[in-house]
Amino acid sequence: MPAPHLPRHRLQGGLLTLLTYLLALAFLFPLVWMFMAAFKTEAQAFAVPPVFVFTPVFENFQHALGSYFPALRNSLVAAVGSTVLAFILGLPAAFALAVYPTRRAQGVLTWMLSTKFMPAVGVIVPLFLLFRNLHLLDTLPGLILMYTTMNLPLVVWMMHSYMTEIPYAIYEAAKVDGASVAQEFFGIAMPLSTPGMAATALLCLIFAWNEVFFALNLTNSDAAPLSVFISQFKTSEGLFWAQMSAAATLTVLPVLIFGWVAQRQLVRGLSFGAVK
Amino acid sequence: MTATAAAHAGTRPSPKRGLRLTPMALIWPAMLYLILTTQVPFFMTVYYSFFRYNLAIPGARPFVGLDNYRNLLSDPQNLHILGNTVVLAGGTLLLTLLLGATLALLLNRDFPGRALLRTLLISSFLIMPVVTAVVWKNMLLNPVFGFFSWLVTRLGGHPVDWLAQYPMASVIGMITWEWTPFAMLILLTGLQSLPDDQLEAARLDGASPWQEFRYVVLPHWTQAIQVVVLMETIALLQVYGEIYGSTSGGPGIATTNLPYFIYQKAFAEYNIGLASAAGVITVVLTNLLAVYLLKLISRTHSGRGD
Repeated sequence: MPAPHLPRHRLQGGLLTLLTYLLALAFLFPLVWMFMAAFKTEAQAFAVPPVFVFTPVFENFQHALGSYFPALRNSLVAAVGSTVLAFILGLPAAFALAVYPTRRAQGVLTWMLSTKFMPAVGVIVPLFLLFRNLHLLDTLPGLILMYTTMNLPLVVWMMHSYMTEIPYAIYEAAKVDGASVAQEFFGIAMPLSTPGMAATALLCLIFAWNEVFFALNLTNSDAAPLSVFISQFKTSEGLFWAQMSAAATLTVLPVLIFGWVAQRQLVRGLSFGAVK
Repeated sequence: MTATAAAHAGTRPSPKRGLRLTPMALIWPAMLYLILTTQVPFFMTVYYSFFRYNLAIPGARPFVGLDNYRNLLSDPQNLHILGNTVVLAGGTLLLTLLLGATLALLLNRDFPGRALLRTLLISSFLIMPVVTAVVWKNMLLNPVFGFFSWLVTRLGGHPVDWLAQYPMASVIGMITWEWTPFAMLILLTGLQSLPDDQLEAARLDGASPWQEFRYVVLPHWTQAIQVVVLMETIALLQVYGEIYGSTSGGPGIATTNLPYFIYQKAFAEYNIGLASAAGVITVVLTNLLAVYLLKLISRTHSGRGD
């Protein structure tokens, strides 16, 4: 390498790093702005010119908390409930498809993935009428049923890809020892794919937490999760920006933390394992 | 994945005596659930789409054949909505690919704070769509108090009522902000799986940075790009929360896409027949695209001998 090449290279690298930081800053700005507004007074929140330096206040959170808790409870129950149900239904299927693959297995897997291609608007009308007749509208069981539909293909696909990675020799050894299918499932497949289960569960929780279409159309007040609660701020003209920001901050923070922790697994889940 | 599956099939154990759990019995609950909650309602949607069915007029539900479809496709307003759906999905897809690729290339270098930046950059994807809509609409795009308007004024321009003057561009900008991290994540993973020796070999052969990108990086990147296109196309055709929370499809029908249109027809006008027909069209459209894109992916996928 010729000597003069090096400093130029370093300068170029430095500029690229600076560009990266600037782009990242621009991207994060809306979020930072929202977090900041949550700690402002209402007057500061929509002041022109914008206020960048201020003494943080916490009363917005107190205001927001009142109506936040019932919605938080509903979001938690719906997200956790649908994740558990999707695992109960999906884990055995993923196990069977991974360990006893028949010629039809690939077809079953593809079909399950294809249910993810089904836009919610293609099923919402009959489901709404059905829910109305079964008195499932505005109930948590109703919401859990729909979120399970959303998460089940994800559980089957992700867990299938984790379970095919378990060396087949382990199952064979167990079979020689006379293990039943149930013993293979609970004794080998489940314990050996725990990290995969954690990643999948995290993704299911995030998706159910953020879902809005079913929430808006199938719930109203009793079972309304956080997405419905936040959409009430849709037409808040200036007056409640600080309070809105506080509520929004409380709503997105759990998911942000989950997502930051699980970022590596996100790729696998989001691309159904197509990119590793 | 397919190779291991084939290997398994070869050593498939013979059925045992007294086996209570058969593999199919393990698969059926999940399949049955999905059939009941996706296939059955979809066929009911198809069925409703042949009737003039309005919840506000109970009792009367005459069979009208393809009239709902005819109404949908002959009204120029509805073609505009179909156009909106395509522009919204296509525009966002293109922008997220460009921005995501830029960020992925920038983050694929070694520099201090890289891991932290990568982690922070996925944030906007994790934000609930309604929160994005509500915060952007009120705090960023507001013509009087919004941050962007202040910024434009500071730079010597006039305040802009973004959602009224440039509704589609504003919505695309907002959704691009949400989906760029997804493109970035998948594309970055694709870049990082490129073996170093390939790049070194290209450099030894005297390839310029552009040639290196064009003939080594880009071919390797194809699969990741296809995954982004497939996943985003499906998701962006279904955008709803962002529109509900920001423009409510307006002004007029400037930002109404198919999902929002169906929501309005079904839940504001109770026109179940028409909403169902639009639902069927959306599903057919999505599936045609998905199958085509999926074929594309599996072709390059198997081409690599995975």
